[in-house]
Amino acid sequence: MIRVEDVFRTFKEKRGDSIVIPTGTSGRHWGDYTDNDKRDMNLGGAMGQTTSAALGLALSLPDEKVVLFDSEGALLMNLGIVATIAGKKPQNFFHFLLDNECYATTGGQPVPNAEEINYAGMAKEAGYAAAYSFEDLEDFATNIDQIMDETGPVVIAIKVVPLVENEPIGRRERRPQKSRAQSITDLQGELGIKVA
Amino acid sequence: MVEQQAAILSPEGLIEEFKKNGVSHVVTIPDSETNYLYELMKEQDWLEVVPASREGETFAIALGLIIGGKKPVCLIQNTGMLESGDSIRGMALDSGFPLVMVIGYRGWNRHGVISDSIARYTEPFLNAMRVNYYLVETNEDADRISVAFEEAKKTNRPVAILVGDEYHGFNRV
Repeated sequence: MIRVEDVFRTFKEKRGDSIVIPTGTSGRHWGDYTDNDKRDMNLGGAMGQTTSAALGLALSLPDEKVVLFDSEGALLMNLGIVATIAGKKPQNFFHFLLDNECYATTGGQPVPNAEEINYAGMAKEAGYAAAYSFEDLEDFATNIDQIMDETGPVVIAIKVVPLVENEPIGRRERRPQKSRAQSITDLQGELGIKVA
Repeated sequence: MVEQQAAILSPEGLIEEFKKNGVSHVVTIPDSETNYLYELMKEQDWLEVVPASREGETFAIALGLIIGGKKPVCLIQNTGMLESGDSIRGMALDSGFPLVMVIGYRGWNRHGVISDSIARYTEPFLNAMRVNYYLVETNEDADRISVAFEEAKKTNRPVAILVGDEYHGFNRV
């Protein structure tokens, strides 16, 4: 398994102008590494649907690379989206999956069949253009250039160390996070987009 | 016969309303009543169809499209609308953007007893979510579709069109 911090530190160097959408417990750490928060998107709001919103964004902005840092728990809530993405074939869509094999935010209970599911294989068989799996940081770091040069949709499933939270929600440390509304305003301002 | 033909909402009429209101994408799951409409939508070079796997996806995909400056419509059946409750809440209502959702009103009939439970729950569901809606049965009602688009834009909220035409649907008649 790879530490989430190392995934983000490695990806950051290859981000370029990509629009980045982090989700889940692991995704909250992206804020420690980003250097272009005008292109960071908070698209949360409904269980398992950040993946769908990221697809919509990729379809609406075909000239921008859209990078989603998804989590396996969220994806399992809405697994049909894998077929939906494969069907639309957005060439600019990079679907990273941070797989910690558990629901870290609720105390670390395992997701169904946590250790055996091959998410990259699943996406590839559904019709993604390319699929990668990583459990080793050096392997990931060696391949990240090639990944970001791929034609999407690409899935990159990465086994990560769970950051389990056991404190009651009210007593947890709050990591500052830009609101969805602010991130939409920032991106639209950055790209000169007006709501139709 | 002429009267019967007039008493339906034609798929061509619906597509004309989409074009008039600047729709760019239809995010949809086809159902048994909408096959011809689906084929017709695919023929329009100004319209992109986004087939989804489950209805809850449609509202989130629509949000992503809206953020990128597009104008999507969600086209699903009332059964799928109930499945989409959390997505309608979190991705449509809470986001504060205009969105028209076209909902096939399965089980509804102006005449007689409605026996299909989904038809009985459809309007209470929309009322619970505080989503305003317009019933469209025939081409004579089609101008309500433009009213829905105008209301969505004015209020920055989702507005629903209930298509109450299960017995003709959007198939060829």
